[in-house]
Amino acid sequence: MLYREAGQFKSTYAQDQQIFPILQDRIGMAVLLVIAFVAVPLFGDQYWLSAILTPFLVLALATLGLNILTGYAGQLSLGTAAFMAVGAFMAYNAMLRIPHMPILGAFAIGGLCAAAVGLVFGLPSLRIKGLYLAVATLACQFFVLWAINRIGWFSNHSSSGVITAQRMEILGYPIDTPAAKYLLTLSVVAVMALAAKNLMRSETGHAFMAVRDMDVAASVIGIPMMKTKLLAFAISSFYCGVAGAMYAFCYLGTVEPEAFVLDLSFRVLFMMIIGGAGSILGSFLGAGFITLFPIFLNLASKSLENALGIELSHALVSNTEAVIFGALIIFFLIVEPYGLARLWQIGKEKLRLWPFPH
Amino acid sequence: MDRGRPVGEVLLSVEGVSLAFGGVKALNGVSFDVYQHEVRAIIGPNGAGKSSMLNVLNGVYHPNQGTIRFRGEEFRDMDSHHAAKLGIARTFQNIALFKGMTVLDNVMTGRNLKIRCTFLEQALWLGRARREELEHRHAVEEIIDFLEIQHIRKTPVGRLPYGLQKRVELARALAAEPVMLLLDEPMAGMNLEEKQDMCRFILDVNDHYGTTIVLIEHDMGVVMDISDRVVVLDYGRKIADGTPTEVRGDQKVIDAYLGVAHA
Repeated sequence: MLYREAGQFKSTYAQDQQIFPILQDRIGMAVLLVIAFVAVPLFGDQYWLSAILTPFLVLALATLGLNILTGYAGQLSLGTAAFMAVGAFMAYNAMLRIPHMPILGAFAIGGLCAAAVGLVFGLPSLRIKGLYLAVATLACQFFVLWAINRIGWFSNHSSSGVITAQRMEILGYPIDTPAAKYLLTLSVVAVMALAAKNLMRSETGHAFMAVRDMDVAASVIGIPMMKTKLLAFAISSFYCGVAGAMYAFCYLGTVEPEAFVLDLSFRVLFMMIIGGAGSILGSFLGAGFITLFPIFLNLASKSLENALGIELSHALVSNTEAVIFGALIIFFLIVEPYGLARLWQIGKEKLRLWPFPH
Repeated sequence: MDRGRPVGEVLLSVEGVSLAFGGVKALNGVSFDVYQHEVRAIIGPNGAGKSSMLNVLNGVYHPNQGTIRFRGEEFRDMDSHHAAKLGIARTFQNIALFKGMTVLDNVMTGRNLKIRCTFLEQALWLGRARREELEHRHAVEEIIDFLEIQHIRKTPVGRLPYGLQKRVELARALAAEPVMLLLDEPMAGMNLEEKQDMCRFILDVNDHYGTTIVLIEHDMGVVMDISDRVVVLDYGRKIADGTPTEVRGDQKVIDAYLGVAHA
C-alpha cells in the first residue's frame, strides 16, 4: 500500500529510465538529503558528527568503491585499504608540493593516483579469478604499505610516521569544524554515489555485470575483457582513493600508514558483504550497520546496567558486545546472504501490497 | 523448402578446419559454406564436434589448421571480440545469460558495441549518454516486442523458466543486429509448444531481419523442417552436406546415427 506504484503511468522510455522511477523513492530520497544536509549539521553534536557520521560516510564511499569492483564486476579484492592509503598520501603530497592546491583537487589527485595503482594491480585479473585474484590484491596491500613506510618522499621524510593533515579550505572558507568536515564529506559522497548509480545503470555497469555473471558470453557479445576489468579496477580504486584521502583529512586529521592496514580492507569487505554485493544502497547500509551497530550495542548495555542497577566490568561489556555483534553478522548472513539491500528490496515488494494480502 | 526469399552469395566459408584438444581431434579438416540469408543446420551424434565448430566460428576456440572466410575477409582464426564486431552473434547450449540482471538489461548489454559515449559521460549522465540510452532502448523494445517477452522485461532472468530464458538469450543475440546468428541447440529441453514457438521465431528472424542462421539441433523433425541445407558431422569429420532430403537419404548419415551392423 505504502509502496504502490498504481497510477504512476510512464508514457516515455525517458520516464522509465529515471534513477528513481517510483514516486515514493523520489520523495524518500529528497527527505533523506534534506535531513543529511540541513537537519544533521544543525542539530547533531560534535561527537556524532566527527566520530560517527563522518567515518560512516567515508567508509560507505570505500565500500562503494569495493562494490564496483567486487559486487558489480565480480573481481574479488583485498587491496581496498592500500588504494585508500595511496589516495591519502597522494592527496597529502599534492597539498604539500603544489602551491595553491584546492582541497577537492587534492582529493581528485589522490583518487587518480589510486586508480593508476589499481590499474597496475588489476593486471593479474586478466589471468586469474576468485580467491587467487584476492591473494594477488593482498600483495598490493603489503606492497603499498611497505613503499609508503620505506620511501621517504611519500611522508615528506617525517620521522614519526604520523603526519598532520593540512588545513582545508574551500574558496576561502576554512573547513575546520566537525560540521564543515561532515558537510564536505557528505557532498563528495553524494556526488560520487550519484555518479556510480549512473555508471552502473548504463553500458559500463552492464559490461561489468556481464563479466561477473558469464565471462564467455560477455566476450562473445563483444565486451572487451581486458578493458572492462581494468576499467573496473581503475574506477573502484578511484573511489577508494578519494575515500582514503577523506579518511585522513576529514576524519583522522592525520596521514599515517597505520590507518590503512589489512584490517581496514577486511572491514570494508564485511561492509560490502553485509550491505549487499552489487548494490549502491547496500554500500551505505553495510557501512552503517558496521559503524553504527557497536555504538547502539554500547548504549543498550549502558541502559541495561542502569535499569538493573548493577555495574558490570568494562571488559565483560565490551567482550559481550563483540560476541553479540559477531552473532548478528552470522544471523544476517543466514537470513539473507545477499545482504541488507536485498532485505530492503524484499521489504519494498511486500509493502506494495501491505496491509492488504491481495 | 522454399519460403520465397532470396538466398544470396556465399557469406561464410570454412576450409579444412581442424581442432585438437591434446590427442582428441574434435574437428578434422571440416569444410563447408553458408549462403547469405539461409538457414544452415549442423547435425551429428553426440561428440561429433558441432559445438566446437560454432566455437571456432566465433572465436572461442582457435583452430589448429584451416581458414575461415567471412564476408570476403580471410581469417586464420577468429577472436571473439572481432567476431562480434563483424556481426556474428550466438546463443549457447547451456543458457549463458547474465543472471543478476533483468531481461531488459541483458538485451541492452547485447548492444554494447553500438554505444559510443565514454564511461565519464555515462557517470555524469550527460546529453550523449542519455540520448544513446534512449535510442538503444527503442531498438531493444522492438526486439522485445518481436520475441513477445514484453511482460517479463523487468524480471531478473534467474527467475524465468527455461523456455523463456532461451528466448531472452535469442533477444540478446539479436540486439547486436547480427549478420549471422549461431544457435547452439536453441530447442534443447523444450516441450513441443515451446519448440514450435522457437521455430517460428527463428524463421521470423530469418525473414524479417534477413539474418543468416547457423544452428545445431538434435530434433530431426525441426532440422528437416526449417533448414535450407544441412551439414552432418561425425567424429569431427564432415560425412554429408546438402538439402534435408539429400541428407536424410545418405547411407553414411544413417550409419552414423543408427550404427553399422558388424557381421
